[in-house]
Amino acid sequence: MIKAILIFNNHGKPRLSKFYQPYVSTPPPPIRSEDTQQQIIRETFHLVSKRDENVCNFLEGGLLIGGSDNKLIYRHYATLYFVFCVDSSESELGILDLIQVFVETLDKCFENVCELDLIFHVDKVHNILAEMVMGGMVLETNMNEIVTQIDAQNKLEKSEAGLAGAPARAVSAVKNMNLPEIPRNINIGDISIKVPNLPSFK
Amino acid sequence: MALKMVKGSIDRMFDKNLQDLVRGIRNHKEDECIDEIKQELKQDNIAVKANAVCKLTYLQMLGYDISWAAFNVVEVMSAPKFTFKRIGYLAASQCFHEGTDVIMLTTNQIRKDLSSPSQYDTGVALTGLSCFVTPDLARDLANDIMTLMSHTKPYIRKKAVLIMYKVFLKYPESLRPAFPRLKEKLEDPDPGVQSAAVNVICELARRNPKNYLSLAPLFFKLMTSSTNNWVLIKIIKLASDLLFGALTPLEPRLGKKLIEPLTNLIHSTSAMSLLYECVNTVIAVLISLSSGMPNHSASIQLCVQKLRILIEDSDQNLKYLGLLAMSKILRTHPKSVQAHKDLVLQCLDDKDESIRLRALDLLYGMVSKKNLMEIVKKLMMHVDKAEGTAYRDELLTKIIDICSQSNYQHITNFEWYISILVELTRLEGTRHGHLIAAQMLDVAIRVKAIRRFAVSQMSALLDSAHLVASSTQRNGICEVLYAAAWICGEFSEHLQEPQRTLEAMLRPRVTTLPGHIQAVYVQNVVKLYAAILQQKEQAGDSQAAQEATQLLVERLPQFVQSADLEVQERASCILQLVKHVQKLQAKDMPVAEEVSALFAGELNPVAPKAQKKVPVPEGLDLDAWINEPLSDSESEDEAPKAIFHDEEQRPAKQRPPEADEQELARRREARKQEQANNPFYIKSSPSPQKRYQDTPGVDHIPVVQIDLSVPLKVPGKWMPMSDQYVKLEEERRHQQRLEKDRKRKKKRERERRGTRRHSSLHTESDEDIAPAQRVDIVTEEMPENALPSDEDDKDPNDPYRALDIDLDKPLADSEKLPVQKHRNAETSKSPEKEDVPVVEKKSKKPKKKEKQHKEKERGRGKKEAAGRGEDLDFWLSTTPPAAAPAPEEPGVKASVTAPEEEREEPQGEEQAADEGEQDPEKKPSKHKKKKHKKDKEERPKDKKKSRKKASREGAAEPVENGALDEEPLPPMSSYCLLAENSYIKMTYDIQGSLQEDSRVTVSMVLENQSSSFLKSMELNVLDSLNARLARPEGSSVHDGVPVPFQLPPGISNEAQFVFTIQSIVMAQKLKGTLSFIAKNDEGSTHEKLDFKLHFPCTSYLITTPCYSDAFAKLLESGDLSMSSIKVDGISMSFQNLLAKICFHHHFSVVERVDSCASMYSRSIQGHHVCLLVKKGEKSVSVDGKCNDSTLLSNLLEEMKGTLAQC
Repeated sequence: MIKAILIFNNHGKPRLSKFYQPYVSTPPPPIRSEDTQQQIIRETFHLVSKRDENVCNFLEGGLLIGGSDNKLIYRHYATLYFVFCVDSSESELGILDLIQVFVETLDKCFENVCELDLIFHVDKVHNILAEMVMGGMVLETNMNEIVTQIDAQNKLEKSEAGLAGAPARAVSAVKNMNLPEIPRNINIGDISIKVPNLPSFK
Repeated sequence: MALKMVKGSIDRMFDKNLQDLVRGIRNHKEDECIDEIKQELKQDNIAVKANAVCKLTYLQMLGYDISWAAFNVVEVMSAPKFTFKRIGYLAASQCFHEGTDVIMLTTNQIRKDLSSPSQYDTGVALTGLSCFVTPDLARDLANDIMTLMSHTKPYIRKKAVLIMYKVFLKYPESLRPAFPRLKEKLEDPDPGVQSAAVNVICELARRNPKNYLSLAPLFFKLMTSSTNNWVLIKIIKLASDLLFGALTPLEPRLGKKLIEPLTNLIHSTSAMSLLYECVNTVIAVLISLSSGMPNHSASIQLCVQKLRILIEDSDQNLKYLGLLAMSKILRTHPKSVQAHKDLVLQCLDDKDESIRLRALDLLYGMVSKKNLMEIVKKLMMHVDKAEGTAYRDELLTKIIDICSQSNYQHITNFEWYISILVELTRLEGTRHGHLIAAQMLDVAIRVKAIRRFAVSQMSALLDSAHLVASSTQRNGICEVLYAAAWICGEFSEHLQEPQRTLEAMLRPRVTTLPGHIQAVYVQNVVKLYAAILQQKEQAGDSQAAQEATQLLVERLPQFVQSADLEVQERASCILQLVKHVQKLQAKDMPVAEEVSALFAGELNPVAPKAQKKVPVPEGLDLDAWINEPLSDSESEDEAPKAIFHDEEQRPAKQRPPEADEQELARRREARKQEQANNPFYIKSSPSPQKRYQDTPGVDHIPVVQIDLSVPLKVPGKWMPMSDQYVKLEEERRHQQRLEKDRKRKKKRERERRGTRRHSSLHTESDEDIAPAQRVDIVTEEMPENALPSDEDDKDPNDPYRALDIDLDKPLADSEKLPVQKHRNAETSKSPEKEDVPVVEKKSKKPKKKEKQHKEKERGRGKKEAAGRGEDLDFWLSTTPPAAAPAPEEPGVKASVTAPEEEREEPQGEEQAADEGEQDPEKKPSKHKKKKHKKDKEERPKDKKKSRKKASREGAAEPVENGALDEEPLPPMSSYCLLAENSYIKMTYDIQGSLQEDSRVTVSMVLENQSSSFLKSMELNVLDSLNARLARPEGSSVHDGVPVPFQLPPGISNEAQFVFTIQSIVMAQKLKGTLSFIAKNDEGSTHEKLDFKLHFPCTSYLITTPCYSDAFAKLLESGDLSMSSIKVDGISMSFQNLLAKICFHHHFSVVERVDSCASMYSRSIQGHHVCLLVKKGEKSVSVDGKCNDSTLLSNLLEEMKGTLAQC
């Protein structure tokens, strides 16, 4: 089982978090699951970020994500860490390949994916992930199949928007007009994630 | 500027989307954002709401609590448009959990979405549900999801299959009803669905492997046929789970079977992940096999070698995994891993912490008596080098773990261990001070011979100042002072200079220590004091005794002022005591006896679970009142008075009964005897330390002279001392070896002189190393008649325990999944509605019928279970049946004769028994044993036997069970005569095999009717276009297939042949010949027997259970063609009639109502065949539906033949 999937950047800012297990602390006082989740993200970042580039991609889970059975499997692409927390029923190398498939799929869906894509379209990233992993279990590993389903859903969404979507589109067009007064407040580098050519899974 | 204003108003008119939110947050305006979202949620426009919810999802990721918007999330979930629905479900999956109360509002909405015509609506609902399913949702929706498992779209099917695991977890009752369908999905045409089913079953089997053992053949087939690496990895992992699942391997034969395909995969795959998992499972197999078979050490070695290559790889990931796999071998084969100690130690130097930790794990299992000192020395060096405290702490715990494992098994020299512990106290800033302390205490208490040394070390620790200084940190190293003080106090008789230690313990700086340590100090000061008094009084030195008292009187007040209550209380109590003693001393009265009486008696270690294991004596009710509770009317001050009075009469401290002199002598004698027999015991070396032998109870401890080449005190400022022990130990071992060699030589000479020669080989093994001290490791005390149980390790709250369900048991009526009934009007279109009347109708039925029905079902289930068990046994048997997929040997498989089997192993006997039961009618009383078995089997209540009943026979059983009042069914056998001559009689039966498409197995029983010996039997068949005999590889179509046994006179045996069938819609006939050599006293002749093999369409059917809902769906689907027959003049009861159809035509009853029954079967090529059998007055009509009309009409024709005989 995959217990959680986390994506955060080099500074530990979460870009996506998906927990397949409720992390609500049981002993009183009850801690909100959001707080626990943030703690887990921080802890994981702390564990992962201090590791060198050329060490192995596995490490024993932190205290919160817990249990000797669990393991963190991660990959580091450009500015982002992709971390999967899994238990012993998952194959370590298999999950590494899955991360690769995930990133390649993102790359395909966003066309040269970069951190900004993940920030502004986190819902889309969730949708892509939902086609790969469901409830903590791997659903699909074939990239073409995933992309097909995503495309079909996007098409469905577009057709639904139809006329009703017109004003919204107009609004966003107006909003995105290049007004000189709008401060450019995007301050992270637009570095696209380079997907290295690793031996693909299939 | 104008443009900007326009834009602003539009912004207000329409909402801000996610992108804006992100920008807003970047400008640090979170609160504003949330206010805006709250505004948007109040609007009626669903698009605005959805947008707001989308933004909330983003905020949730950043750690904001959005549970207040849960109701809005539900609103968006129920939006008709997919776009919004998706947003809603995503938000729900991110923030809903079991405590969210609006979840119960979603049940109907989710049900509606699940049955939505759009596959993406369904998909999104399934995805969302998988994250927030609760026990209630699981119960209410289980049936809907189960229906979706047979959806036409694979996209839905795979999601539905996956989510079932979550449903099982939350609602374990659903597992048994859903399992058959889940199993079916393992063979789904879509690889994605297949993979999902494998996934779910793997998760289930991981927790409760034994329930899934019966699926092994199916998984085996997938393993050899699948090309999807994910599926393969999962299956291979499952295999190792099945092997490792219990402490003892569940099924040893499974392992043997697995080796071959696994090695094939290892050779063929290019994916490293798959390769690794294969190696891993091969290891598991070898480990599980090794218990029974001796010569697997070579294979283990091979695996270890392979892993070594992985570990030496430059890829850190492979290195890590190699070490991980190595630790698995370690558990059972520590010796083969120990050879690679160098490599593991090398990994300790790796820069990668994950790898270092793995290597440490390995070390734990690699130590032996021989190398412990060396390894620990190496680890100590790492402790010095390690900079991060986390890793250093890890090292520390590992050192302690390694040394203390299995009751200090590997420690030969406890002095060395104590000095290691003392060295570890140098670690500043560790969090494991208490661990070291616990070890010191444990060793000092349990190893009596070491106490003297321990006390000397501990007093040095107490003396040194640096530990006290580090008292600020909680659980810090100062914890060891707790142990040191206690040891010095408790075993004060061993102290060299008790006064000095006493002074050290009363220093003012001690008051800076944590309270609990001070408390121990105070208590043990008195123990020391008692020892000093005793010593001085014996020496007649009353001056020194009074000095000691004076010291205490002066120093104790500093503890009396302590803020810690415990310390304060103890100190003031003791201060008064000492003052009293002082008064007595002034009168020159001897006090030592009385003071030391305070601490008389031995302390023994007690096992941590001892209290729990005390059995409650019979007749004792712990909950009952001992005395009736006092009524209020009684005066309140009376009772306490009585208690007080009681207490007074008791002596202050009970001294243990004086050791019974006789008993003591007896024990001493026994121990001496034991020591004399023990070759490792160093026999009474003259010891100068006679002094402490005087104390009663300790004198039997063998005393070894402490080698004074190692200074007793900790020298200077923390010089590592353990190294010297290592050197000493080496010398000692060398000496020992020399001595042993000398002895051996003498022995050999003696042997040579004697007539017989002893050829035992002497090798230096681990066990040859004698411990330096004869250590008497005191075992932990357990109460008398403690109940041995390991139950207490199980966590009663483990959610997976609920899933430990026997899947082979038949389904009871009560186990049906709850189906939604009326109440919700909006789901009237959904299929569940049809079930409602059925349920109601059932309840109206007379009770008797219901019972009968239930019984029948149970019977059927039993048959299924029996069949399944049979399958597995058959599949695992050493002589593989025709279904075995190994391509090299498709030709002939024969089961071995029963006596032969008996010789092999016990499990073979069982199989032989099974075989005996398979065709009892055909060979009555050939073997006495078989007959005996058969007799037994006929006893209806013999449960064990009925389980074992062959499926063919068993088919008749359920009906017998269900209809006890009706006439018994005549015995049935599906074996029919093939050909016969004076030499041999051939009977045969045809079975479709589940394992391989389009293959059938012909089981042929050959019976020698002559007095000749029949050998070199060969079977040949003239293949037709449609049916071919599977021959061994490399032989031509004209070659015969040899029968793998010979027949002595009067013996029968069964051989199996596999045929490949192209089209199964028509019956087939094949001509064939059996040739053999008949040998008798007069000579041998070559003989032939021709036969015609008839394959009826029935033989292509496989008994497959089917549930009524699936059956109904099948009939509704409309792609089945229909045909019917009617047979008149039937006298047999309907019950028996059904049994006959079940038995001869491989059908199973789906449902039976009065004199009408629906039946189902499936062909080896996947055709569904449904029957509706109705019984009239004297006639029976059968309506059939099937995918193939030709097949159906042929089947019905055959059935007509069967029924005509009734």
